[in-house]
Amino acid sequence: MTATETQPSRAAKSVNLKVLGPILALVVLVIVGAALNGNFLSAANITNVLSRSAFIGIIAVGMTFVITAGGLDLSVGSMAAFIAGLMILVMNAMLPAMGPGWPLVFVGMLTAMVAGTLAGFVNGFLITTMRIEAFIVTLGTMGIYRSLVTWLADGGTLSLDFGMRSVIRPIYFDGILGISWPIIVFALVAIIGELVMRRAAFGRHAAAVGSNDQVARYSSVNVNRVRMLTYVFLGILVGVATIMYVPRLGSASPSTGVLWELEAIAAVIIGGTMLKGGFGRVWGTVIGVLILSLIDNILNLTDGVSPYLNGAIQGVIIILAVILQRDKKAES
Amino acid sequence: MKFAKITAAALAATLAMPVLAQETKVIGVSIPAATHGWAGGMNFHAQQAVDRLEKVYPELDFVLATASDPAKQVNDIEDMLATRNISALVVLPFESEPLTSPVKAVADSGAWVTVVDRGLAIPGIEDLYVAGDNPGFGKVSGEYMVSAMPDGGDIVVFRGIPTTIDNERVEGFESAIDGSGINILAMEHGNWNRDDSFTVMQDFLSKYDKIDAVWASDDDMAIGVLAAIEQSGRDDIKFVLGGAGMKEMVAKVRDGDPMIPADVTYPPSMIATAIEMTAVGMTSTAPVSGTFTIGSVLITADNAADFYYEDSPF
Repeated sequence: MTATETQPSRAAKSVNLKVLGPILALVVLVIVGAALNGNFLSAANITNVLSRSAFIGIIAVGMTFVITAGGLDLSVGSMAAFIAGLMILVMNAMLPAMGPGWPLVFVGMLTAMVAGTLAGFVNGFLITTMRIEAFIVTLGTMGIYRSLVTWLADGGTLSLDFGMRSVIRPIYFDGILGISWPIIVFALVAIIGELVMRRAAFGRHAAAVGSNDQVARYSSVNVNRVRMLTYVFLGILVGVATIMYVPRLGSASPSTGVLWELEAIAAVIIGGTMLKGGFGRVWGTVIGVLILSLIDNILNLTDGVSPYLNGAIQGVIIILAVILQRDKKAES
Repeated sequence: MKFAKITAAALAATLAMPVLAQETKVIGVSIPAATHGWAGGMNFHAQQAVDRLEKVYPELDFVLATASDPAKQVNDIEDMLATRNISALVVLPFESEPLTSPVKAVADSGAWVTVVDRGLAIPGIEDLYVAGDNPGFGKVSGEYMVSAMPDGGDIVVFRGIPTTIDNERVEGFESAIDGSGINILAMEHGNWNRDDSFTVMQDFLSKYDKIDAVWASDDDMAIGVLAAIEQSGRDDIKFVLGGAGMKEMVAKVRDGDPMIPADVTYPPSMIATAIEMTAVGMTSTAPVSGTFTIGSVLITADNAADFYYEDSPF
């Protein structure tokens, strides 16, 4: 962003590379996938990949803002598991009074949104007002939420009542015109996120805070408020992701959402957002999320690669995608 | 006067201490924390066994520690040895290698050692080994597959987290279906996790136009597999075979669900067997050393009621 303004000629080249990197990686993956398996481009497979990307994707859009503002949130995976557990418990508890139906689904959704907002607020409060490092705060809350869901589930699995499961199931599996709800919600969140990042004052403030919080403060940006809001928005989006997640299998367990935080952070970085803050690109994050899910999908659709190596292949592609868009600034 | 009385009482208590310590034997129980369904069930059964035995044997005292990773488990065991003066240790090792030397230190101190499920890297340290039968688990599963598909067919296989346990199960399964006409289309790791197995099954369904049956090898994975099959609307898959004995799955077998005709046990309650046998060894002259293998049993509609534990979380 700053480079574009100060060094137009050089920046034009580096911006192109930075922008093209993730897209190039995505295109290569799609070509490889299509070449390896005829069903790769089938509507069913595309729907599967996009729907399963939605959880991480929705969270990663929120994470883009947190990272852009110079923060980090390691707690989102555990938070999602905890909120999923809470949502199931509340719906099961209210079932005798309300009966299975959409009013109860809305109670569940409300639970997830309120819990997400509060969880984001707690992270934000500890980071801004109490001035503790984001890494430490969210490492702590990560452990807390993971333990809480294990405790709520008594070490086992929290399952939504069977009657209720068939009511809520369409939220993941149905949609409009063949496009499932998770894809629609992911797209909406991404579009709104992109607009806020590019057009709204909040997006610019987040970048300013992440770039240099002293300068931002002198420019009369309310640094703490901006930081706080990024965590609250992320919490809300974790709630939204959970609303999409619970209908899929109707259960939450201590293994729900494990490593989601790292996948979300990886997607954000692959997409061109700077880990140290100051610059964020929401649509890049979306591409990052798609790259990560496509790798898994392609590895499942092909033979010949030992499944033991899936993690290694993912790691190589993440690093390659970031090398492709390496900023030339470091050399000059 | 009062002061002297208190001092005398304190002195008497101090003197009495060693005598008491000799009478009460402490049994340490160290197990992995409830991070997945099976471990949750194992924690439940460990707690139940401890509660029951503390009532039955007033002379026994139990210390139960759950660890979320191998390093924490090593600390737990070192603490038990250093501060609780344990006479016996019942341990389900998180991983074999890192736990071997701390458990050996316990054995060297003269305490009784019972190892459960996962063996240590060096054999012969433990006095009693209560083991699940992983090759047997695969064998029973494979034999069921063969009997359910007499004309053979194409199956997909879900593996757990890459470990020795998983390898032994898969080897047992493969040798049981060898030459039966059952063809494994593909194997992939579902990591004993519902979400992962859901995703993998979706991809298997995209990849293969016809799948006759699924060996999910675990009940959590079977749940993910079933959800993916239901979503696809396909009817070529005749059944899914899980494993472990989760109560929801046992209920399906009992109720005659055509997709879940059977299940194979790998009971988390084996921890209770180990604690009970250790308590017997501590309190009686009955010999309990050696290896005690808990076989994997096929659950069908006929015997499912015997394997359904209402209160267990698993």
